[in-house]
Amino acid sequence: MSEGLVRAAHDVLIVGGGAAGLRAAIAIAETNPRLDVAVVSKVYPMRSHTVSAEGGAAGVIADDDTLDEHIYDTISGSDWLGDQDAIEAFVHEAPRELLQLEHWGCPWSRQPDGHIAVRAFGGMKKKRTWFAADKTGFHMLHSLFQTTLKYDAVTRYDEVFVTRLLVDDGRVHGVVAIGLFTGKIQAVTAKAVILCTGGCGKVFPFTTNANINTGDGMSLAYRAGAPLKDMEFVQYHPTGLPFTGILMTEAARAEGGWLLNKDGYRYLQDYDLGKPSPTPELRSMELGPRDRLSQAFVHEVEKGRTSDSPWGPIVHLDLRHLGAELIDAKLPFVRELCLKYERIDPVHELIPVRPVVHYMMGGVHTDIDGATPLEGLYAAGETACVSINGANRLGSNSLPECLVFGARAGRAAAEFASTAGPAPAVVEAQAADEVRRLERDLLAAEPGAERTSTIRQEMQATMEDAAGIYRTGPALTKGLDRLRELQDRVGRVGIADTSRSFNTELLAALELANMLDIGECILQSGLQREESRGAHQRTDFPGRDDERFLSHQLAYRNADGTVRVESLPVTITRWPPGERIYGR
Amino acid sequence: MADSIRLEVTRYRPEGDSGPEVQEYDVPLRKEWTVLDGLNHVKDEVDTTLAFRWSCRMGICGSCGMNVDGEPKLTCATFLSDYAPGPVRVEPLANFPIVRDLVVDLYDFMEKLPRVKPWIIRDDDLTVIDGEYLQTPEELDAYKQFSMCINCMLCYAACPVYGLDPEFIGPAAIALAERYDLDSRDRGARERLDVLIEHEGVWGCTFVGECTRVCPKHVDPAGAIQRYKLKAAKENVMAFLLPRGAR
Ligand SMILES: Cc1cc2nc3c(=O)[nH]c(=O)nc-3n(C[C@H](O)[C@H](O)[C@H](O)COP(=O)(O)OP(=O)(O)OC[C@H]3O[C@@H](n4cnc5c(N)ncnc54)[C@H](O)[C@@H]3O)c2cc1C
Ligand code: SF4
Ligand code: FES
Repeated sequence: MSEGLVRAAHDVLIVGGGAAGLRAAIAIAETNPRLDVAVVSKVYPMRSHTVSAEGGAAGVIADDDTLDEHIYDTISGSDWLGDQDAIEAFVHEAPRELLQLEHWGCPWSRQPDGHIAVRAFGGMKKKRTWFAADKTGFHMLHSLFQTTLKYDAVTRYDEVFVTRLLVDDGRVHGVVAIGLFTGKIQAVTAKAVILCTGGCGKVFPFTTNANINTGDGMSLAYRAGAPLKDMEFVQYHPTGLPFTGILMTEAARAEGGWLLNKDGYRYLQDYDLGKPSPTPELRSMELGPRDRLSQAFVHEVEKGRTSDSPWGPIVHLDLRHLGAELIDAKLPFVRELCLKYERIDPVHELIPVRPVVHYMMGGVHTDIDGATPLEGLYAAGETACVSINGANRLGSNSLPECLVFGARAGRAAAEFASTAGPAPAVVEAQAADEVRRLERDLLAAEPGAERTSTIRQEMQATMEDAAGIYRTGPALTKGLDRLRELQDRVGRVGIADTSRSFNTELLAALELANMLDIGECILQSGLQREESRGAHQRTDFPGRDDERFLSHQLAYRNADGTVRVESLPVTITRWPPGERIYGR
Repeated sequence: MADSIRLEVTRYRPEGDSGPEVQEYDVPLRKEWTVLDGLNHVKDEVDTTLAFRWSCRMGICGSCGMNVDGEPKLTCATFLSDYAPGPVRVEPLANFPIVRDLVVDLYDFMEKLPRVKPWIIRDDDLTVIDGEYLQTPEELDAYKQFSMCINCMLCYAACPVYGLDPEFIGPAAIALAERYDLDSRDRGARERLDVLIEHEGVWGCTFVGECTRVCPKHVDPAGAIQRYKLKAAKENVMAFLLPRGAR
């Protein structure tokens, strides 16, 4: 291949250096030390969004707990849309993965005798959430990152942004990427590619997600022809700080925090979530699942029982009765964040909160080993949809999901790469195409009439209106029309920045294009799911409809850029669909 | 409170032939706005070409360090109102080469990090099948503080020694070495000491303590350096008295 266009060739290339990507990298290095692994990440790996995770990671370890109970909690939490074979594998492997992290140095919080400590979490019937105070993701990510440093087989491309997958005849051979430092656009080929690019909260205006969570991997896969699964399921977390959207972890409620409306009343008791008790009860009240808690908030607003803030209606999270000692030991980050960003001290004051977009249940369709329908392409972590989360993820299931399926995808990709041949010459033409697109259509184009930030804001407002906690057919249709207009306008965005070095304006434009694709998939899938299940609530179709919709939805990209949605049966093993019962 | 505040921002393009310049921007002054919110306002509404790093906006990813009025700060955790009426100088972190505008080159730190072997080193080969390594809350407390480093590089920007001698391995890397040394599960202290005992390891530090003062996560890298110097001094005495094999 021509000098300069292809920067390097690897056996396995991982896009993303969060929990899923780093776990995959280590799995490959350990499966077959002869394989050459690359981790490409648009930020230094330890900046990945996993770093913000607070509450913990679920895995059965306590004597009074069983695998079947974790499986059942996850299935009922998913409103029966999770695949039961995947959930069983996940629950079986999670404790081992968390122990592995322990061996790699993760500073898990401990019991006095030195054993791992576990805490309660929403929707879980037993205490099984491992935690490192309330900086679990931070400690997991740094432990993983530092551990990868000892493997010589792992090459890193830090601050390198992937713009396209190289695909020939349904088979993936690598990526095209921009090195942020120099602006150089090059191909990196690989026998297998694993997408571990995290979530897409930035499609919405108000989110706990970081600036980098623009769903790039979902869009890369979608444009390459892989379907996105269950995209209508967007998790609203019930407790975000009103202006910033910074998360107040569910661990605050697990440790005994209460949700109060403007009358100081624990309003969840009015929504079939159980009766209030002074100490937390599992799978009840404040420890109910997130979808139900966020929905209860909307009803409180309708009843006029919320307080007003400059950023809309709020309720309060009350930790005062927990006392300074417990808060400092178990929730120090919550206190630090409140003091810094709200200028209040939760030891003495109520914390204002409102529901906030938090997590994407949907993602790139994979099987139980992270394989997508495209040969040589794998996905894991939040960007993938296996699916263990179905219509609603339980808090603390995502971090272990990154580990379990990151490792599985890593092993599967390693096996595939061990027998696959090198990339064919045709991918070079594709790489040249992509370089031309970026150079000519974006960088060299005249500064256009449209601005990235304006279109992004309009997209976010559209998504909030159309795909909020409650949805309707007409609102979804209107939102889709709006997004198509924005798709047209995004073509007229110009890049004013003419420097090649660290051109974040170019990046923002590429991320916006990715998010518009994802937005369309969310709305189109939402429109076609004419029922209410988990986080997808249609006021025009208020009930769950197992007859028509006990199935996944796969969103494919048509040649003209529109979305086509097909359905796929859910895998049921031992737990036939039933009623979701909390607090009774 | 006035309704706007002036930012004096460093601009630099590697393609140009001039060095860094200062550009002024007036941004709204709101009580809940951080310096980072001000920069994002500029990027979205005023000048789309300004380059800076950020991600989590909650003080945990370590991306957004800059010098604000001459002090290294996390811009997402530094409020504009604390600088009213302004102007506020926003510059790239000191002691690092500038890549572009407010973005600095972290290559040096990323290359030094693996040298201190920041991973668990053991002489047995227990696997997860053997269960967890027990660690009491007291044992956890022994290293916890040093495990809180977010690699934000504020301490390097504040360190006068690193400014003069870029070979100095630096505060955060030493704190991380100490984090593993103090971990009851680790047996790698010896190997790390061999690295840090070198000239560029701990010896450069003259105990100015600026690193600890600016650290946003209370890691106390100066404390870690002090502990290492004691260990290294003791080691030197031992080396004088005993041949290596007997140590
Ligand atoms: C505030 C917060 C708290 C949370 N708390 C918990 C919790 O307590 N328990 C729990 O189980 N879950 C929690 N979650 C969810 C969980 O943290 C995430 O789902 C998980 O960390 C995602 O990890 P990941 O590896 O999939 O992706 P990330 O950690 O987001 O990493 C994505 C990676 O992809 C890279 N990347 C993306 N696009 C590109 C591109 N175009 N080119 C190159 N690289 C790219 C990025 O640089 C990054 O390295 C929380 C989420 C949030 C937002
Ligand atoms: S020691 Fe403190 S200042 Fe230095 S990099 Fe770590 S967190 Fe930042
Ligand atoms: S943006 Fe993450 S620390 Fe400031």
